[in-house]
Amino acid sequence: MSARRPLPRWADVALLPALNLLLAFLVSGMVVLLVGENPLHAIQVIIYGAFGYGDGFGYTLYYATNFVFTGLAVAVAAHAGLFNIGGDGQAYVAGLGAIVVALALDQTHWLLAMPAAVIAAAAVGGLWGFIPGWLQAKRGSHVVITTIMFNFIAAALMVYMVNRVLKPATTMAPESATIAVAGRVPQLRQFISFFGYSPVNLSIVIAILALIGVYILVWHTKFGYAMRVLGANPTASRYAGISNSKMIMITMTISGALAGMVAINEVMGVQNRLVLDYVAGAGFVGIAVALMGRNHPIGIALAALLFGALYQGGQELQFVIPGITREMIVVIQALVILFTGAMEGLFRPSLERAFMLFTPEQKAEAIAVSTTGSES
Amino acid sequence: MGENGAGKSTLMSILYGFYTADSGTIRVNGTQHAITDSRHALALGIGMVHQHFMLVDNFTVLENVVLGAEDSGLLKPSLDRARQELDRLEHEYDLEVDPDATIEDISVGQQQRVEILKALYRGAETLILDEPTGVLTPKEADDLFRVLRTLREQGKTVILITHKLREIMAITDSVSVMRQGEMVATLETAKTNPEEIAELMVGRRVLLRVEKGPANPGKTLLEVQDLVVTDDMGVARVKGVSFSVRSGEIIGIAGVSGNGQSELLESISGMRDQKAGVVILNGQPLSLEGDDGAARARAAGLAHVPEDRQRMGLVTTFAEWENAILGYQDSPEYGAGALLDIAAAKQAATHHIELFDVRPANINLKTSLFSGGNQQKIVLAREMERDPDVLVIGQPTRGVDIGAIEFIHKEIIKMRDEGKAILLVSVELDEIRSLADRILVMFDGVIVGEADPATATEGELGLMMAGINNKTAPRGLGIAEQGPLP
Repeated sequence: MSARRPLPRWADVALLPALNLLLAFLVSGMVVLLVGENPLHAIQVIIYGAFGYGDGFGYTLYYATNFVFTGLAVAVAAHAGLFNIGGDGQAYVAGLGAIVVALALDQTHWLLAMPAAVIAAAAVGGLWGFIPGWLQAKRGSHVVITTIMFNFIAAALMVYMVNRVLKPATTMAPESATIAVAGRVPQLRQFISFFGYSPVNLSIVIAILALIGVYILVWHTKFGYAMRVLGANPTASRYAGISNSKMIMITMTISGALAGMVAINEVMGVQNRLVLDYVAGAGFVGIAVALMGRNHPIGIALAALLFGALYQGGQELQFVIPGITREMIVVIQALVILFTGAMEGLFRPSLERAFMLFTPEQKAEAIAVSTTGSES
Repeated sequence: MGENGAGKSTLMSILYGFYTADSGTIRVNGTQHAITDSRHALALGIGMVHQHFMLVDNFTVLENVVLGAEDSGLLKPSLDRARQELDRLEHEYDLEVDPDATIEDISVGQQQRVEILKALYRGAETLILDEPTGVLTPKEADDLFRVLRTLREQGKTVILITHKLREIMAITDSVSVMRQGEMVATLETAKTNPEEIAELMVGRRVLLRVEKGPANPGKTLLEVQDLVVTDDMGVARVKGVSFSVRSGEIIGIAGVSGNGQSELLESISGMRDQKAGVVILNGQPLSLEGDDGAARARAAGLAHVPEDRQRMGLVTTFAEWENAILGYQDSPEYGAGALLDIAAAKQAATHHIELFDVRPANINLKTSLFSGGNQQKIVLAREMERDPDVLVIGQPTRGVDIGAIEFIHKEIIKMRDEGKAILLVSVELDEIRSLADRILVMFDGVIVGEADPATATEGELGLMMAGINNKTAPRGLGIAEQGPLP
């Protein structure tokens, strides 16, 4: 009758993800071996490619910026017990808000255009989150289903908007007009030459502010408290006089607005125009980032950096080692998502038992467990 | 016998093979066994009737009895054999149940019989019953005891797990008392008394009677008129209930669980929409519609201690201090604007812990790690310390140990003497009788009668709880005329 003891906090937040990551790399290493390449060389290339020089690190940060936004979007919803899989769509349609404001204000100054575009992107992304939230709160349609469907609606809508509304008559490619230089979000390389030609831009400041803001929102406001009550126990939140339907709608709006910040990074910071499919799956990576980061801003920052590094290092890898193709990189990324996200509890039981060996009485208990063979 | 958390259920679960023992031996008929699972326990003749029945609701009695004990892949032969066997068992032990009735159609008492039959059908010689009377009316409990006596006469061993002293005195031959995981005494029931057992259980002298002075009712604080409430499936569970509670008075609502009491409580406290009727607090009708009705009820001065603290009253994954403000999170004292004043919340939590002697006194501990009694104290402290006009309490001492029960009862009486109006719902008849100044009995969604706790006998209350009211119409006081129900 030996109940397992929960892990110490540090092991839960640091050791367990580290072990998962290690396992993911081990299995990835085997995949690399199978195609006849040296895994140690591969990992070296990835690490150097992601962190080793200014351009590479800049790219890592640029990817991480997107993942911070989508990761936070998933995390905020998760605290309220909602699974927002629609980060991709929310980030995508938010581009409409960003581009309209950016084109309207691109003759002024980025200090004016950027905040205005942030608000517009947040509003449009938020709307794309609000609708599934409203459907859940008022009609009982599950957000998991509706947010997935809204990803497809977003994709179709954007093709229409870009081709039929935003595309200037003079352009052939499916893209909007280009934002004038004055209205673009400044690149970090303009201030720090270290970043070379990498596209990391001032949106990263918004990402950092968003991380801090979400921390304050979730743990230091009454709204965050209500959100967490709803997420942990919806009956208790009704008991506490919290309007669950209102909370769901507001939370989904905030979640969508956070995902919408991807548009600032991409549309105003990198592409300088609205192109098709610029989100490139960042919304889904956000799910893995939030899972791995335990829905905590610090964890999300680290996980976003990891996935940013994987994206950038992966690009580098297929460049340096031609035997490893684009598809192989996706396999490695998928393995990391699999082991750190979907199977994050893999090591938990054995780790818990291992920790029980640290004190004498727990050791006796652990031995009793392993000798009787079955416990509950 | 033992308090909650004393280890009774754990011990019995080890006997039944749900858990394995870390050390020690179990002997059955003199030979030592290591019981590894419940199948093993059954093979040794140990059967268990759980507190919450393990029955498939839409199967018949016969099918439930056979479930897991089928002879072969084909059902028919097993069912035929079971029918004969069941017939024999029913006669032998006087356990009448219709084998073709569906479980959901028969009463709780009957369902319990099916559980007993299941164990007997599997050849149980030793029968373990875990808190068997919790869900029964007094009449059904008497029937159960009659069956248990028959079983005893037929040579079976019955182990009864309970925290009700009365039952121990009424039916057992010997009683073993557990405290904090140890067997502190084994006594012959005939040679002991309730006071001695209670003392052994708690480890100190306890007052079994609640000491309370006469009620001093003032003006009406809570009035409920023609309330109709439906459950989540849209079925009416409260069917036109009216009553009023005055200041300085405790109204007890008695009844077998599942007769609309939960829905009544949830509706009055704003957790559940009402189909019809009105709740009046301090002369003002409460607007409770919408899913944040509970916030308005609280703002109007109604505090609510819910029936199920783990499901409603607490967020068990939160730290203790976070639960100390649940329901009052928007109150200005926990932060003026949108920000939450964590220091103020922690201060309130510390204050609550001191006042109600919550143990361990650690506001940062996860709430699920507190014992049931201490969890209940956390809820009570939060709701009582806000000086509400009306206190609505459901099952104040469910799953709470004797020591804490005494404390909780005292606090409730204290609130009454301070001039609060208290509405108490409990399935523990003893609790209602000792605390309430007036008793309303609920059956099938209506109040079937009112009784004076000083004069009403358990038999009278029991009949009303079963839906039969032999007395003449209730004595007014805002109670709707409700005839006895079929």
